[in-house]
Amino acid sequence: METLLACCIGFLTACGVFLMLRGRTFPVAMGLTMLSYAVNLFLFSSGRLNLQGAAVLGMSENYADPLPQALVLTAIVIGFAMTAFLVILAIRARSDLGNDHVDGKLPDSDGRRKENGA
Amino acid sequence: MTLLWILLLPLCGISLPMLTAKWSRSACALLTALPPALAFILLLSQTSAVFAGETLRFSLAWVPVLGLDVALRLDGLAYLFSLLILGIGLLIILYARFYLSAADSMPRFYTFLMFFMTAMLGIVLSNNVLQLWLFWELTSISSFLLISFWWHKSEARRGARMALTITGAGGLCLLAALLLIGRIVGSYDLDVILASADILLAHSWYPILLVLFLLGCFTKSAQFPFHFWLPNAMAAPTPVSAYLHSATMVKAGIFLMARFYPALAGSDLWIILVSLTGLATLLVGAYLALFKHDLKGLLAYSTISHLGLITLLLGMGTELAAVVAIFHIINHATFKASLFMAAGIIDHETGSRDMRKLNGLWAYMPITGTLVMIAAASMAGIPLLNGFLSKEMFLAETLDQHLLGALSWLIPLLATIAAVFSVAYSLRLIHDVFFNGEPRGLTKTPHEPPHLMRLPVEILVVLCIVIGLFPVWAVGALLQSAAGAVLGGEVPAYSLALWHGVNLPLFMSVVAISGGLLIYSYRKRLFDFQNSLPGLDALNSFELAIKTVNRYCRYFYEWLDNGSLQRYMVFLLSAVVVLAGLPLLDVSVLAGGREELPIDAVNATGAALLLISALATVIWHRKRVVALLMISVVGLMVSIAFTRFSAPDLALTQLSVEVVTVILLMLALFFLPHKTPSQSEPSRVIRDISLAGLVGIVIGSWAYAVMTRPFTSISDFFLANAKTGGGGTNVVNVILVDFRGFDTFGEIAVLGIAALGIFKLLTRIPLFKPSSDGDGRPWSRERHPLLLATVSQSLLPLALMVSVYIFFRGHNLPGGGFIAGLITSVALILQYIAHGVDWVKSRMDIEYQRVIAIGLLIALVTGVASFAFGRPFLTSWFDYFHLPILGELELASAIAFDLGVYLTVVGATLLILSSLGKMTTLHRPVHKETI
Repeated sequence: METLLACCIGFLTACGVFLMLRGRTFPVAMGLTMLSYAVNLFLFSSGRLNLQGAAVLGMSENYADPLPQALVLTAIVIGFAMTAFLVILAIRARSDLGNDHVDGKLPDSDGRRKENGA
Repeated sequence: MTLLWILLLPLCGISLPMLTAKWSRSACALLTALPPALAFILLLSQTSAVFAGETLRFSLAWVPVLGLDVALRLDGLAYLFSLLILGIGLLIILYARFYLSAADSMPRFYTFLMFFMTAMLGIVLSNNVLQLWLFWELTSISSFLLISFWWHKSEARRGARMALTITGAGGLCLLAALLLIGRIVGSYDLDVILASADILLAHSWYPILLVLFLLGCFTKSAQFPFHFWLPNAMAAPTPVSAYLHSATMVKAGIFLMARFYPALAGSDLWIILVSLTGLATLLVGAYLALFKHDLKGLLAYSTISHLGLITLLLGMGTELAAVVAIFHIINHATFKASLFMAAGIIDHETGSRDMRKLNGLWAYMPITGTLVMIAAASMAGIPLLNGFLSKEMFLAETLDQHLLGALSWLIPLLATIAAVFSVAYSLRLIHDVFFNGEPRGLTKTPHEPPHLMRLPVEILVVLCIVIGLFPVWAVGALLQSAAGAVLGGEVPAYSLALWHGVNLPLFMSVVAISGGLLIYSYRKRLFDFQNSLPGLDALNSFELAIKTVNRYCRYFYEWLDNGSLQRYMVFLLSAVVVLAGLPLLDVSVLAGGREELPIDAVNATGAALLLISALATVIWHRKRVVALLMISVVGLMVSIAFTRFSAPDLALTQLSVEVVTVILLMLALFFLPHKTPSQSEPSRVIRDISLAGLVGIVIGSWAYAVMTRPFTSISDFFLANAKTGGGGTNVVNVILVDFRGFDTFGEIAVLGIAALGIFKLLTRIPLFKPSSDGDGRPWSRERHPLLLATVSQSLLPLALMVSVYIFFRGHNLPGGGFIAGLITSVALILQYIAHGVDWVKSRMDIEYQRVIAIGLLIALVTGVASFAFGRPFLTSWFDYFHLPILGELELASAIAFDLGVYLTVVGATLLILSSLGKMTTLHRPVHKETI
C-alpha cells in the first residue's frame, strides 16, 4: 500500500510541476492545486498509514498519528486561500495587462518577449 | 595614555579645518597644523624610552569576546613611521597653504589630509591586527578622496577609482590573511602574533596566508605588477603626491612587511616572492621613469623603483638587508618628498609639468634649482648625500646573497642596471628642467615661490645633507631602534660610514654614475626605441578590463534573470532535483524495513482513478473546463484516501474545500480564457515533462522512504493528554484548538488576510467581461434555474443544522470549526448561485470583513482570557455540567476558540466568493469600498 501511495504522490507532484511550468495563469493555478494535494498527502503519510485507527479516543486500539493530520487540516484550508488569491491575482493581471501569461507579456513569435500592455 | 593622544589629536584635527573655513587661509592652515604639531611633540617626548629599546603599550578593552581591543603599541619601527607621518605631514600642511589656489576648497583638503594622517598613524601604532586593518582601509579611502580632490577632472576621478580598486582589493586579501593568522595563533594581538613565528611557519596554511598577506602589501606599495595605479594617482594635488604617494601611504605595505618580518619572513617562500617582486619593481620603475615627460610621472616611477628596492632588501632574508631597508625608507622619504614638493613649486610657478616645455629654469628659479639638484643627486646616489649611503649599502647587500643559486650574480648586475637608470632619470630631471635651452610655450613667466612655500623643501634637503654627512649622529639611534623592532631585538653590526674603502660596491656606484651619464647623453636613441614599442595605457586597459568583466557579468545576469517566471521555476525545481535527489542515489536508503499494508480492491481502484484523473487533467489542461472537472475528481480521491487511512477530519475538510475550490475556479474561468493556446515548442514540452518526471520520482521516492521507516512520534503525548488536559476525545481537534492553538490562530489570521487581499484586488478592477463563452456561444439568459432555487432554499436550514452539529461534536468526534465553517459557506454559496448576489444581499446584508474580524477577535479574546486566571496565552479550561433533559454537558473554552475559527472561515470563504461572484452579475451594484 505504501508503494502505491508513494507512486500516487510522485505522480501528482509530476503533474502539478508540469502544469506549473505552463505559460498561462490558469494551468499554473491548477498545477498548484495539484501540487498541494501531493504535499498534503506527503505530510499526512509522514505519520505512516493506518487503517481503522481514527485518532478519536476510545474508538480503536491503535491510533493514527494525529499531529500530521492537524497540520494537514490547516494546510488544506490555507491552500484554498492561497489558490484563491492566486486565481484572483490572475484575473486582476489579465484585466490590467490584457493577457493571461505568467510574465504579464506574451512571448513574441521570434522568441523575444515584447510588451503587450492593455 | 600619551600613545592614545598621539592618535587622538589628529583625529580631533579632522573637524578643525571645517570649523575654521570662514577664517583666513593662513589661520586655517595654522589651526590645522596645531593638533599634529602637539602630537609630534608628544611623540618626541617618548624618544628616550623608545631609543632605550622599550615598547610602549596602551590597551582599552572594547569587545573582548571577539578579540577586539583598542590596542596601541609604540616601538622603534612605529616611532620611525610616526615621525615621518607627523613630521612630513606638518611640512605638507605648510606647503599646501601656498600650493592650493583660491578656487580650491582648503578646508576640504585639510580635512581629507588629517583624515589620512589619522588613519596612517592608526596603522603604525596598532597593536591589534584587526584594528590595523581598519586603519589600512581608511587610508585607501582617504587616498581615494585626496586623489579625486579635483573631481572635475576626469583623470583624477579615474585615477582615484583605479587606486581604490587595486588597494581595496589588496585590503581584502590582507583581511583574509590577518583572519587566518588570527585563527592559527589564536589571537589578534600583534605582540602574540610576532612571538608566534614557529606556529605560523609550520602551519599548512602558511603559503596561502603569506600570498594573501603579500598581495595586500604589494598592491598598497605599488609593487609590480600592481604598480600601475601609482602613476595615475598623480592626478592628485602635489602635496598629496608628496605625502601619500611617496613618503607615507605607499610605504604602508613596506611597513607591514617590516612589521610582520619576525613572524612571517623566515621561509624560502617569503624570500622568493618578496625579493623577486622587489627586483622586478626596481627595474621596471627605474627604466620607465626615464621616459616620462611629466615631472610627476618621472617621480612616480622613480618612487615605484625605490619601493621595489626596499622590498627587495626585505626579501633578501638577511638581517643586515633589513637594516638597510629601514635606512632607505628614511632617506627615500626625505629626498622624494622634497622632490615632489619642488615639482609642485615648478608646476605652480610655471603652469606646466611637461619636461619638453620646461627648460632653462635655472635663470628664473636658482634656489629651487639648487634644492632640486641636491635632492635629485641624493636620489641618484651621489656621494655626500643620504641616498648614496643606503644605495651603497644596498649594492653591498646584493653581493652578499644567494637567492638565485648559481644565478645569484644576476642580482647585483640587475641592481647596477637599475642604478644606472636611476642616475639617468635624475640627470634628466636636473638637466631638462633647469638647463637645456630656454622654456618653451609656458603660460606664465617662471619665478621663485614665496619663501614659506619653499621652506619644507629646504628643511628636507638639509636633512638629506646632514644624514649624508653625519649618518650616525643624525639617524643612528633611530635606525638602531627601528631595526631592533623589525628584527626582534638582535641588530647585526653595521657601519653607517661615508667611506668604506675601495671595494666592489664603490665600483658599482661608479659604474652606475658613469653609465647614467652615458645613457642620458644617448637618450635620443633610447627614446626612439621606447617610442617604437607599442604603448600601453594602464588607465585605459584597466578600465577596459573592468568594463569587460562588467559586460560578462551582465550577460550572465541577463541569461539568468531574463524576466521569465517559467525559467526561474525550472532553475528552482532543478535545484530541488539535485539537492533532494543526490542522497537518493544510494538506493539502500530507500527501503526502511517497515512492513507494508496489503493493497485491497477499494484502495487499488481509488488509486487508479486518482492517477487517471490526474493524467487527464494534464492532457486536457488546455480545455480548462474539462481539466477543472478532472482535477475535482483528483480532489475527491484524495479525500477518500484520507477516509481510508483513518483521517476523517481531513476527509471532511478536503471534501468541503474541494467544493469551494471548484466553484471558485469556475467563477474565475468566467474572466479568463476558456482555452489555453498552444504556444509551447515541443522541446520546451519535453524539457518540462522530463523535469516534472524527475521531481515526481524524487518526491515519490522520499515519500516511500519516509513511509516505510519505523518511527516514534511525539503524538503519544497528545493522545495521552487530549481527554485529561484538553477535555476532548477527537485528538486532531484538540491539537488544533488547544495544544497547538497558537498555530491555528496564526493560520486563521492568514486566511483572513488572504481574503482581505482578494477583496482589495477586486476593487476597481477594470473588468474584462466576456459576453459569450470561448466558442462564441452567448451566456444563457436563464440566470437562476427554478429547480436549483427551490431545492437550495429548502436545503439551507438543513445544511446549517448539519454545520452546527458538526461544530459542536468536533471536540469529541470528527468535525470542528474548520469543517463546520466550510459547510456553512457551501450552503450560503449555494444561495448565491441559485438566486444571485442581489437576492442574497437583500435578505442577508452582512459584511464579511466584519465576520472575519469578529472571528479573529473571539479567538484572540479566548486566548487572552487565560491571562485573567494567571495562565499563559490560550490555556484552555473545561468542565462538565449536569443539566436536566440534556444530560451531561461539557463546556470548554476551546469551543469559544473554535467559534472564532468557524467565523473566520465562513467570513473569508464568503468574502472571496461573493466578491468574485459580484463581478459576474450583469447589473453589478455600484461598488463601495468599505475598508
